Amino acid sequence: MNALTRSAPWRGTAWMMGKLGISGRTLVIAIPMLWLLIFFLAPFFVLGRISLAEAIIARPPYTPLFERGPDGSLEIIASLENYRFLLADSLYRNAYLSSIRIALISTIFALLIGYPIAYYIARAPEPKRSILLLMVILPFWTSFLLRVYAWMGFLRSNGVINNTLMGLGIIDSPIQMMQTDFAVYIGIVYTYLPFMILPLYANLTKLDGALLEAAGDLGASPMVTFFTVTLPLSLPGIVAGSMLVFIPAIGEYVIPALLGGPDTLMIGRVLWDEFFGSRDWPVASAVAIVMLFLVVAPIMWLQSVQNRREES
Amino acid sequence: MSDAAMIDAKQPAIAAETKPWRAKGTRPFISVKNIVKRFGDFTAVSNVDLDIYKGELFCLLGESGCGKSTLLRMLAGFEQPTSGTITIDGEDMARVPPDRRPTNMMFQSYALFPHMTVEKNVAYGLLREGLSRSAAYERAGEMLRMVKLEKQARRKPDQLSGGQRQRVALARALVKKPKLLLLDEPLGALDKKLREETQFELIKIQETLGVTFIVVTHDQDEAMTLATRIGVMKDGIIEQIGEPREIYETPNSRFVADFIGSVNLVEGKIDAVAPDLMRIETNELGPVLLPPQPGYTRGQQVWGAVRPERWALTRAKPETNPNTWQGVVEELGYIGHMSHYRIRLENGVLIRASQSNRLRDEDPISWDEKVWISVQPTAFRVLTR
Repeated sequence: MNALTRSAPWRGTAWMMGKLGISGRTLVIAIPMLWLLIFFLAPFFVLGRISLAEAIIARPPYTPLFERGPDGSLEIIASLENYRFLLADSLYRNAYLSSIRIALISTIFALLIGYPIAYYIARAPEPKRSILLLMVILPFWTSFLLRVYAWMGFLRSNGVINNTLMGLGIIDSPIQMMQTDFAVYIGIVYTYLPFMILPLYANLTKLDGALLEAAGDLGASPMVTFFTVTLPLSLPGIVAGSMLVFIPAIGEYVIPALLGGPDTLMIGRVLWDEFFGSRDWPVASAVAIVMLFLVVAPIMWLQSVQNRREES
Repeated sequence: MSDAAMIDAKQPAIAAETKPWRAKGTRPFISVKNIVKRFGDFTAVSNVDLDIYKGELFCLLGESGCGKSTLLRMLAGFEQPTSGTITIDGEDMARVPPDRRPTNMMFQSYALFPHMTVEKNVAYGLLREGLSRSAAYERAGEMLRMVKLEKQARRKPDQLSGGQRQRVALARALVKKPKLLLLDEPLGALDKKLREETQFELIKIQETLGVTFIVVTHDQDEAMTLATRIGVMKDGIIEQIGEPREIYETPNSRFVADFIGSVNLVEGKIDAVAPDLMRIETNELGPVLLPPQPGYTRGQQVWGAVRPERWALTRAKPETNPNTWQGVVEELGYIGHMSHYRIRLENGVLIRASQSNRLRDEDPISWDEKVWISVQPTAFRVLTR
């Protein structure tokens, strides 16, 4: 017992918590729960409430939830008009689909590139392994924006790649890479690759080498061993890594804005335009809410799939 | 004979009494010639020669780090020998990867695939052979019946007990009918009672299927129980190869004598070699008289080994045996079927002796009694290293 826990305020608080039936453990869990509640659920409800309003030219630019009627009665003003508008306008539908497509393709490429890297690191001997892991994390030490700008330097018409290819005489005129979906894929895969590698590494490093030897011993070639043992056992790592890439990629704004062309349609950009361009907060809120469900739905589905796998 | 009939057959296919290594000129089934394995500066296995015959249950016995597991892994193909050759059934294994070898291995950790059911684990090797699913699962089912696990076929390995997992590992390794089965500490993870039961089960399965087994173990009791022959390893070298009885009764070195069972070791020089007698002057026991043995010269440094149960303990001095000493019982441990004695000789040397307790109402020699200990000349094993 130190001086602090003997002090009167401490003992008083402890006594009061005891009276209220709050244990120290509850308190420790309550703090992060409260944090999530305040900084995730509260904004979510604010957004939800705005999405049910109507845009007006005022400050704030949407209709209030409650209004006094002419006869003094309290009216609730809420409609799903914004959501119907989203469904009716093909722009939004296309933006969602395009976002999902870009995020999905990026995730697949990140997986295809990240898996061998994670496997190699997991199998590397110790001093080398730490260095390789550090190299995966190293890019985070410089600004994300800076790294995207660096890619612009590579992909531009008179950028490093085009200049090199033309210098070698392989191409005559520069290849258009900036302002294409290709550049967006490069940007997303590059940015989120560590989020794919790290959970995969964590999973693959736990893989028991004796299992691979056992498969080989039973007649499986290295290729067959990979598909029948390594891959199924690394599924949790694949799911975790894919989530960490897919979810931020679907709402990505900066990369398509900087590297993408005018026809690279992504929902993050639409959201930005609605909020800051059109100042239509209710529609923008509806866009955000729908996106949230689009992201949450696959997580829930994957979770349930994984639960069912564990049960069987 | 169909596969099922072969597995169900009660009679061993190969009698345990056949001892092909005793007959000169029998072609060995597995031949290890001058094999060396180095890891950097460390030599794990150095210049090992080993011939193993068809249907044998050969035990590689040694302490951890003696190179026995490395030798096993070279037979399985997981390690490449630095030099030397391995031949299995006449085929050189040098360029054959593990998945093409006619061997299967039972891993110390069992290495069962955690994401597959018991049945799938066992069928895995058969499916890799290109067997149809139905045929593979049928064979796997037969194998599981033999190890009495047919009820657990749909379970995952983590839903099994240690003993059940061990049997799945055995079934999975045997289902492909390998020419050679390699077992790395197969009973190491089981508790004592289960281990003893499983030892005899393992022998029965081995005799029924007629598969050649090589077992790696550090447990001398296990090796003695299981093996047709034992190879005792130390520091990457096979010290002695022989049947369990040979290893125990006629060890060829102090290490083997001391490693297998309990032993009294004495050091001395050959004092006299006559046509009818050989005398060793030992530091601990003074002169020991033995019948002449070829190959010894006067003045040669030798050691003598006497197993504790080879001593005769008597209250009266034995008249005929010249190799007799007197001492006092300093400690006595009664363990039921046997009593272990520690006898302090007059010169202060402590001798370990043991007597079997055959009669219930005998008057046993007890603490602080003066006793005579004697040893038959044939029970005194002379060692040169």
